[in-house]
Amino acid sequence: MNQTDVIILGGGLVGQTLALALDLHGLSSAVVDRMPTKALLDSSYDGRVSAVASASWNMLNAIGLGEALEGKGCPIGSIRASDGLAPGRLDFESGEGEGPLGIMFENRLLRASLFGASQKAEHIALHMAKSAADVVREQEGVTVTLDDGTILKGSLLIGAEGRGSPTRETAGIRVARWSYRHHAIVATINHERSHGGIAYEIFYPAGPFALLPMLDDAGGHRSALVWTVHEKDGPAMMGLSERAFLAEAEKRMGGFLGNLALAGPRGSYPLGFHHAAKITGERLALVGDSAHGIHPIAGQGLNLGFRDVACLAQVLVEGVRLGMDAGDAELLKRYETWRSLDTLMVAMATDGLTRLFGIPGKTASRIRRFGMTAVDRIPPLKRRFVDEARGSSGKLPLLLQGVTV
Amino acid sequence: MNASAATPPPTTDSQAHSVDPKEAEHFGKLAAEWWDPKGSSAMLHRLNPPRLGYIRKAADRHWDLDAADRRPLTGKSALDIGCGAGLLAEPLARLGATVTGIDAAEENIAAARAHAAQSGLAIDYRIGGVEAAEGTHDLVTCMEVVEHVTDPAAFVCGLAGALKPDGLLIMSTPNRTGLSKLAMITVGEGAGLIPKGTHDWDKFLTPEELTGLLEAAGMRVTDVSGLSFSPARGFEISDRKALNYLLTAVRAPA
Repeated sequence: MNQTDVIILGGGLVGQTLALALDLHGLSSAVVDRMPTKALLDSSYDGRVSAVASASWNMLNAIGLGEALEGKGCPIGSIRASDGLAPGRLDFESGEGEGPLGIMFENRLLRASLFGASQKAEHIALHMAKSAADVVREQEGVTVTLDDGTILKGSLLIGAEGRGSPTRETAGIRVARWSYRHHAIVATINHERSHGGIAYEIFYPAGPFALLPMLDDAGGHRSALVWTVHEKDGPAMMGLSERAFLAEAEKRMGGFLGNLALAGPRGSYPLGFHHAAKITGERLALVGDSAHGIHPIAGQGLNLGFRDVACLAQVLVEGVRLGMDAGDAELLKRYETWRSLDTLMVAMATDGLTRLFGIPGKTASRIRRFGMTAVDRIPPLKRRFVDEARGSSGKLPLLLQGVTV
Repeated sequence: MNASAATPPPTTDSQAHSVDPKEAEHFGKLAAEWWDPKGSSAMLHRLNPPRLGYIRKAADRHWDLDAADRRPLTGKSALDIGCGAGLLAEPLARLGATVTGIDAAEENIAAARAHAAQSGLAIDYRIGGVEAAEGTHDLVTCMEVVEHVTDPAAFVCGLAGALKPDGLLIMSTPNRTGLSKLAMITVGEGAGLIPKGTHDWDKFLTPEELTGLLEAAGMRVTDVSGLSFSPARGFEISDRKALNYLLTAVRAPA
């Protein structure tokens, strides 16, 4: 019998991190993902990058990935926000001796490291290239039948399939959602001048144009470009020649990084917001994008998922050490309460930010610049933004402090 | 966790005094609902985490256990008196202990056995009062029971007698204060949060009275903590004992 503490449906960044966090504390998981291992690790599958906030980095270290990832991400020394190319800007810097605001990692590198660790983990059973054909959650426990007939039994089911989570849908959990009618065009570019460890957020009415610092490669200095465009412009942007695409990008940047070249293929992702009404049910917990998806404007999506992981892992570990069943309703209640406010605050803040910068016209622009200057001059307010970027606001679970439970 | 006995067992043992037939029948009716987290025992499910936390800490201290160990009670025997449908016995078994659960209501024991089988836990469940326990145990727990028995002094002697010389006894019970009367009977039973007829306030013991009974039974009380409620944090262990308290005792040196 394949009996584990939890059954995780979805072996993406968040699902794998949860499995590893639990494994570290002796809790067992079965991880089910429909992707075959080889395809998952293929570099062309995902060209996205993630800003790993310092609190999230603490957790990756605590679960033993520090060594594999050390030196492979680019630290963000400061974030520079501006309203288009107009003068006036807002700089967020980390304080003396505080370490970087976050570290830029290629998603495929995170995925490969997590996967490598999961394969070696004592308490993790990976079921790749499989999907759940039948899921039963009842008072006695959870039973998942895979499409090859394998039967998995567990105390708790975790929905970690991402945005369109079938687990969430089947559980009948309502979701508030809207589309921003925008696409994010994602690409890696090489540029002539160094980025100096600065992340640039240049706000345009269509959305933010972000340049996130990456480590140099054979092609020289490198940044990840996350360019928000109207959804009607998305296909055209993807269809542009490399030369025309880079010329458009240079116009938005004002040329401060010098000559540009594409360092990889472009990708396009529709942007939306969704927020589940509940993140738990009978023997069920949702984590990551299954529970909430936010605008990538502040780079907080993955970090929110990591916070879910840190909270849920702590709740479950503390629960089983009291002899409780990992699917106990009291534990799920604690997870729900701990996460709900934080998630909604971050979601609303990023949504507000998107809307604020999406208003065209000179007056709106002046208000934004006034706002940025005000934030810049009021230290406690600025501190709050920096803490948010670092992922260190709110009541922190132990793993985000870099310590085990 | 609940009352003590259905019909007085045919015994001349003084422990037979711990049996109150009216109360036992009342709990029997609730047995099937025990394990529904939203059912009539919802309050007990909510009380469980802080209670288990108290027991775990006391056990860690007493036996110098590793707080990160998932099965720290491996090799130890535990006895839960008034086990209901096993809300405490099952966690103790998961922590590694060899558990005996005793309850006076036959229906409770039937529900407990069925649930343990479902959970894949081997627990020795028996119908009766404290006299049904055989031998002595490392850990004896008795949650929300002493306030229901007819002869608390004799009952406490029975608990002490079921404990190994270096064993640990943990009890919880409501305090006899104006607050507990208001919270548990006027509000709790009045609003249906606690099933009607669960408690008889006059039988409640203060920490001093219970300590007195334990000392008379040759025990030494090493800790008394409050179990309090706050709207923001729910039930928690604190130094506020007006509502309900937990108590740890060991054998007094001879």
